[in-house]
Amino acid sequence: MSTPGQSRRDFLLNSVSGLGAAWVATHYSAIIDAAEYAEQAARSGQPAKFAFFTPEQATEVEAMAAQIIPTDATPGAREARVINFIDRALVTFEEEAKPQYIQGLKELETQTKQQFPNATKFSALTSEQQIAVLTAMEKSPFFNLVRTHTVTGFFASPAHGGNANKAGWKLVSYNDSLNHKPPFGYYDALPEVGR
Amino acid sequence: MKQFTPSTEVDFVIIGSGAAGGIMAKQLSTAGFKVVVLEQGGWGKYGKEQEYTKDEWLNDNPSLEDRLMSDPSGRQRNTFRRNDKEKATAGTHSYGCVVGGGTVTYGGSSWRHLPWEFKEASTVGAIAGTGMADWPVTYEELEPYYTQAEWEMGIAGERVNSRFIAPMSKDYPVPPMPLKASGALFKIGAAKLGWSVVHGPIAIISKSYQGRSACVNCGMCSGFGCHVKARSSSAVTMLPIAERTGNCEIRVRSYVREISTDSTGKCTGVVYFDKDKKEIFQKAKNVILSANGSETPRLLLLSKSARFPDGLANSSGVVGRYLMLGNGAGASALFEHPLNDYKGVVTGAGIVDFVETDPKRGFYGGGRMTARGFDTPISYGLRGLSPGTARWGAGYKKALLEEANHKMAVSCFVTQLPLETNRVDLDPDVKDDWGLPAMRITSTSHPDDFKAMEFFRQKSIEILEAAGAKRVWANPVNDSRGSAHNRGTCRMGNDPKTSVVNKFHRAHDVPNLFIIDGSNLVTGGRNHPTMTIQALAFRAADNIIKAAKVGQLTRL
Repeated sequence: MSTPGQSRRDFLLNSVSGLGAAWVATHYSAIIDAAEYAEQAARSGQPAKFAFFTPEQATEVEAMAAQIIPTDATPGAREARVINFIDRALVTFEEEAKPQYIQGLKELETQTKQQFPNATKFSALTSEQQIAVLTAMEKSPFFNLVRTHTVTGFFASPAHGGNANKAGWKLVSYNDSLNHKPPFGYYDALPEVGR
Repeated sequence: MKQFTPSTEVDFVIIGSGAAGGIMAKQLSTAGFKVVVLEQGGWGKYGKEQEYTKDEWLNDNPSLEDRLMSDPSGRQRNTFRRNDKEKATAGTHSYGCVVGGGTVTYGGSSWRHLPWEFKEASTVGAIAGTGMADWPVTYEELEPYYTQAEWEMGIAGERVNSRFIAPMSKDYPVPPMPLKASGALFKIGAAKLGWSVVHGPIAIISKSYQGRSACVNCGMCSGFGCHVKARSSSAVTMLPIAERTGNCEIRVRSYVREISTDSTGKCTGVVYFDKDKKEIFQKAKNVILSANGSETPRLLLLSKSARFPDGLANSSGVVGRYLMLGNGAGASALFEHPLNDYKGVVTGAGIVDFVETDPKRGFYGGGRMTARGFDTPISYGLRGLSPGTARWGAGYKKALLEEANHKMAVSCFVTQLPLETNRVDLDPDVKDDWGLPAMRITSTSHPDDFKAMEFFRQKSIEILEAAGAKRVWANPVNDSRGSAHNRGTCRMGNDPKTSVVNKFHRAHDVPNLFIIDGSNLVTGGRNHPTMTIQALAFRAADNIIKAAKVGQLTRL
């Protein structure tokens, strides 16, 4: 995310450059916390500090995200560090969704124990069991909120903590150079119809 | 920038800084008149356009300061109902709300109305239950102003001789934008069907023009501000010129609640809330109302007085009526090879073969088909996949991968008949953030409009199949519940009993009130209103300036 020669402060300011000064002033510490976290996590490969979630909550939400966009031959929500995006969103843009996460994680626990009475937590289930739990919840507001946040974090700019190494953009062959020259695709490169 | 005190009686106060307001500000201030422009929204990145974000998430979640559109769930609450028997519920109508108005974020389509669109009532004939009427202006009268608008704003396009395209006296100032892969597929399909494809005229410059940079095809286009100033908005074309005259002040976060009148029935100025919601009265000799086809009638209805009990300029009772919101239809498809249509402007190509009303089809109506594939990454992930694909899990990820950049859409812009019952008025219960009655929209399209939409839905499927699509889908048609294309609510006409303004945009009832925006459109055209609004504005300004200079403004 941060490039050599670019100062930390520049990076942080760039990452919020679309925000109004007043908004940034109000939320600046939270933005720094979340961005610091994102960078630490990226460096160490281990979660360092969340701005909102406890480590236990983060593990549960990340397990959900990893079922929504699973890892196969290409990176999924876990490698894209979508959990960073969600954590950061909950202390900035989406503060009002905090109670929905607290309540939703209780629903997840209830649903987990209902289907698998011996289970300790959702993230400890096998993948098949997790899919069964989420399938039972897939119409719930909480599941849909996590889905929206997971997809958004996977495809939003890496400046927001997710889409690490542009994993989401690579999956869909999105080139973020913001400067393109025609022909753009296969059909407009055909000489007979391209112009 | 020039600043006027509210107690200074300026020559013109202009309400709104968008497609029409920006032109009025520039034309009047360069003619030497003192002008105050009141804009409800903020500055956006006016004068520092390079700071417009291309970050999809930030653009979707703007701070108040960075908002470019009105907020129907917040400050600009509005309501919607199908008909008078229903109780209106929360609406989603939204419009450009920033210096430059909707032109800051629009796709930029800049089609002229065709000559016969100004007289369809007499050529097509009356349609029962509708308010179809001829315009008091002809295409021939407006043509020079279309040309002026195209050259002063900066429109990219190709001049084509076709009965389906308005004749032009001059070429476009810059060449057309890239056709894109979706446009190339249009050509493949159209060749089989015998239809013709043209580059759509668009208010985005394909090469540098008037000191502005050419479009870099970034792809973060409609809905975003343009960071290279290639989109020919009022904010980068008209308003900077107006400011430099030293005769024009633009005041942002200025929300007008009333146009004030005196005992003789003339405007004296306007009352607005400043950013701190403090009421201010700006004195003015004349008022120009360019607040868009929905806010313009609302403000007139809010400006009730003993002399104007049904709202200002409303002795006809038609203020707010004949609302046309902006109907469309279309289809989407997947193709074998990648299109990468996320690059470039929203649409490069159009099919105009069905622009006319054809009596053989059995309904009034026509429209234009546009090729597009606009899918920004978050939007694609959340709602861009073909119907029936998994919403999460392995199947979802597989679809994300397989469909990415293989999709195109056909989006058709379709006629909507003016109906007296479709209208903007004041909600009796809901208030906006300033405590004023919220806008209430009542709208159900005419049966012919639904037939026209279905016709274009079928045509969309037809061209996608002819182009060789692997899979085609099309949602059932439905009419609009609110849009940036709202028109018709202060129609122009020669008869004060059936129209709100005369052919020079002067309110029949109020000699020093001029209304210039989409509200004046008598018929809706093919739902591409901006270029006609701009041409009308240049023409209105011309006539106002001529009359004002010889002291005959109130006789226009």
